[in-house]
Formats: sequence, C-alpha cells, structure tokens
Amino acid sequence: MFEVRFHGRGGQGVVTAAELLSLAAFEDGLQAQAFPSFGSERMGAPVIAFCRIDEHPIRLREPIAEPDAVVVQDATLLHHVDVFGGLAPDSYVLINSARELDELGLEELRTRHRPERLLSVPASEIARRRIGRPIANAALLGGLTALAGLTSLDALQAAIAERFGSSTAAEGNRLAAADAYAHVSAHLQATRA
Amino acid sequence: MPSQLEGSLAMARAIARCRPEVVCAYPITPQTHIVEALSRMVAAGELAPCEFVNVESEFSAMSVAIGASATGARAYTATASQGLLYMAEALFNASGLGLPIVMTVANRAIGSPINIWNDQSDSMALRDCGWIQLYATDNQEAADLHVQAFRLAESLSVPVMVCVDGFVLTHAVEPLEVPDGELVDAYLPPFQPRQVLDPSEPVTIGAMVGPEAFTEVRYLAHAKQIEALDEIPRLAGEFERSFGRASGGLLGPYRCGGAETVVIALGSVNGTLEVVVDELREEGRSIGALAVKSFRPFPLGELRAELGGARRVIVLERAFAVGVGGILSADVRAALEGAGCETHTVIAGLGGRPITRRSLRAMLDDADAGRLEPLRFLDLRTDVVERELVRSRGGGRPGPHAENILRELGIVAAGPV
Repeated sequence: MFEVRFHGRGGQGVVTAAELLSLAAFEDGLQAQAFPSFGSERMGAPVIAFCRIDEHPIRLREPIAEPDAVVVQDATLLHHVDVFGGLAPDSYVLINSARELDELGLEELRTRHRPERLLSVPASEIARRRIGRPIANAALLGGLTALAGLTSLDALQAAIAERFGSSTAAEGNRLAAADAYAHVSAHLQATRA
Repeated sequence: MPSQLEGSLAMARAIARCRPEVVCAYPITPQTHIVEALSRMVAAGELAPCEFVNVESEFSAMSVAIGASATGARAYTATASQGLLYMAEALFNASGLGLPIVMTVANRAIGSPINIWNDQSDSMALRDCGWIQLYATDNQEAADLHVQAFRLAESLSVPVMVCVDGFVLTHAVEPLEVPDGELVDAYLPPFQPRQVLDPSEPVTIGAMVGPEAFTEVRYLAHAKQIEALDEIPRLAGEFERSFGRASGGLLGPYRCGGAETVVIALGSVNGTLEVVVDELREEGRSIGALAVKSFRPFPLGELRAELGGARRVIVLERAFAVGVGGILSADVRAALEGAGCETHTVIAGLGGRPITRRSLRAMLDDADAGRLEPLRFLDLRTDVVERELVRSRGGGRPGPHAENILRELGIVAAGPV
C-alpha cells in the first residue's frame, strides 16, 4: 500500500488532486481510494486530502497519519500546518514552489530524510504558462509521477482527460503535467549524475 | 466493469437505474452530491418521466415523497442530520401508511454543538420510526443496497432507509460498479402500488384509528418488519445470483467462526475492523468482526446463531444514548440473553473523530488484558473533560462547555476570549 497526503488551501483543488491520482492509479490497473479530510471548507483555509494505492482492494477507512508521500500545494502552509507529520525518513516530499528547499527554510528536513526524495517544483508557474491560471494540481501530479513513479505519465494523462473532458482546461492540464514531469525527471537525472 | 467513482455518484447512478418517478430533496451536507447528480440527470431528460421537486425543507421533502408514493409513483429522497430530524413527524406517517419510499441517509452528527461530520446519531435518533434501516459497510454495498431497497420496500409496502456513513463513504472515490441497467430492470419490476390515490376511483388513506383498532394496525407494522427478516436475505441472495456479487443481507460475518472475541458494528468502520482482525489473526489471536447490515428489523436469532461460541462481544458504536450508553448494544444484549458471554460497548467516531487501527488495537489489547470497561469512549480526552468539570464546578458563570473546550484547545473562532 502506498499512501499520499495532499496539503493545500480551500479553492486550490486539493480534493481534485487526490481524486486525479486515484484515477491515474485506476487507469494503471491498481486499486485506489481518494478522500478529503472533511471539514467546513472555506476559501483559503488549510485543506487535506488523501489517496491510497494498492494492488489489493482497500478496506481501510482511517485518515493517512504516516504517509509515504506528501504533496504541498501551497508553500505558505509549511510553517503553519504540520505538513510533515508522521513522515518516514524515506517518504517522498513534493512542494509547489519556484524556490529551493533551503530557501524555504527546510534545511533541517533534508538532514532527516533521503535528500533525493525531497523536491520543490514550480507547479504554479508551469500552470500559469499552460492553463493561464495558477491551478497547480496537474503539474504537481506530473512531478509526483516522475519523483515517486506510482503511476505512468500516460495513466495520469488519461485521468486528466477523463476528469476534464475535451475542454481547453484538459489540454492545459495535460501539458502542465508533462512539463512538470520533464522538469522533475531532469532534476533527478542531474542529481544522480 | 468498475470505474473510479465518488460514492455519492455511484449511488446516484444506481438510484437512477431504479427508475424513480419522483425525486424530492432539500440539500444538506453530506448528502448533497447524491441529489445534485440526480437533479442533473433529471434536467438532462435521462430519467424521463421522472420529476425532480425542489422543496423548501426536509419536512416538505418527506411530505412530497408521501404524496407521490400514495399516488403510485416510485419516490426517492435523501437527507442527513438535522434534516432527518426535521422530517421526523412525516417519517412516522410514511411508515404508518405503509408507503414504499426509499431514502438515503448520509449519516452525520446532530447538533448541538453543531457538527457537519460523520457519526450515526441521526438515523439512530429515528431508530423506531417504523422504517427499515439498512447500513452500508462500503460504497459498493451502498450503491447495490438502493436497488435492493426499492424491491424490498415495494414487496412489503414499507419505507426503507439506506444509511451510508457521510463523507467516509459519500465523498470517497474508489473503483465501483454501478448496477447494470438491464439487470436492475429484471430485478426490480415496475412499482405495483397496494394503494393508490386516484380521482377516478376515490379512496381514503390515513383515516383516524381509535383504541378499537390502533394496536392491530401497529402490530401489523411490526409483523411486516419481521417478515422482512426473511425477505432481506432472500432478496440479497437473488441480487447475488443476478449481479454476481454479494451485497446486503442481515449480517456480514468476517472470520467469526470459532472466534473468542467478536466486534460488532454498523457501517463503514467494518472495513477498518476487517484489517485489524486480519492483523490480530496473523498474531494468532482469536478474533472476528460482525457487520450488522439490517438494524431495523433487528435479526435477533441470526445474530445469536452467528455469535455461538464467542466468549466476548464488543459492540462498536458511532452514536450513543446519553444517560445509558450503547444503542446497538441493547439489541445485541437482548439477542445474547443467557448465552453467557461478556459484552462491552465502545463508543467511537463521534462527530467525525477518525476510528483508527491504532486505537482499535489498543482497545482490543485492553480487552484481552481484562482492562476494558463495560462502557468505553474510544480516544476520549479525559484530561480535557476533567479540567472542564473542575471549571464548571467552580461557581460563578463558567459558560458553555463547547466554547470553553474550543478555547482551551486553542481553536480559532471560539468566541470571545
């Protein structure tokens, strides 16, 4: 079982992100369960959503306390919400930011975790370029796909097509996911080399 | 073929395939996604000749359902929490009149304090309103139960409530199979009402009944529910043969055979419970779980038969009766009278507090060590309660508990400091 926790703010589409990841996993023939942390969501308030992926049917109904990956849609949450709660040293962390982790005040995190699994990706910038709005979901999922390899990029693209239909938003999201995937792949290759 | 769907959407599509003729509802979280999806299907003409009636309250929703059903239309509505309470009077009328309405209850806590999250206080509060109450253990069952519910309701002329844990199920996106339309048509024939309001053949429905016949009419309501104890497993069996998957029935035993300890629960917590049972079985412990799927009627005999050899029964409840403890527990104890096993009530998951594997395991360890009380509130923050009790005994004007505790926990928007 692989468990992902998404942190964002109301209106940023954190619930959609978890749903899209579950759709991508489904496209790849896996079992997946996406669900929000239920609250009286308000625009701008911290919001959490979860996604479990497994080869077997998923029966568990508890929130994810010890995630294998954390995706942070809004870097302003980093020092207000315990986004890294329950994180294991080999968990993946992907943060939406054009800045490096050290610039975000996360040097300490690097000492506790496998550094090649911690990454920031300029998802809002990519989204602004491709969709015209800073809706970072698809780009973050493209980045996560490259970072953690939970699903294929094709499956993610299929999930985006299914969720957004043939709208222009679908095309923008598809391109944003591909850009972020390429961005993270290149970064990983550079650090490995 | 399954598809990756939100629980609410799978339910809405299953309900649509039951060909309801009147859908009337008032939106309330967490039921909203179900009726929103249905209203879109009606607006798009996909459910013709179905009519979607916008009502101004839940009392009206149930009243419209009663009127529609009495004219021979297949009627459906959905609600939760305060909405269910608001329709309380009409619920008793629907069952008293024997109208086969189907309603989804997306289980949610009841205020005060106001809380939009999941527990089962709402349907429990209406436990005795004469409706059949079925509880879905997962989203596939939630979708499938609606098909069975219409068939059951119409075969016995009794309204049926399908209780589905709000958010935990309604808002979860999972691989789900919407019951196939042709199979639903074969399973659920067009509604043949036992009584119809028709201007061309006027009849009276809802006459005043005095002491000379009231007991008899009420007894018949009970007799019909007892009949449902046979009908529910029969229809579940037929569903399984036709659709190729098991859903519904009276009880859902999981590794119960020969288990020393059995945990009994209603609804979605059974998923987490099964995982815990597997973990403990792996460690060699003798434990099983039992989902109660039909709470009204309550399968007393079947439950007793299922729990034959258990030494200890733990009833895990997502609601409780203030001043006494368990609600489901009372029925379980009645079923086990004289069976000689110890019973415990564990209240958990109130107002959306997650029921975790960790807490369940700790509770079960306590049970094995003889430390589990007859009544326990799982994960209760006793320090918080103790401090508030001290405050409230301090004299003066200590203020309301809810706001005091929110302030103590540092939660914003808790009023003046």
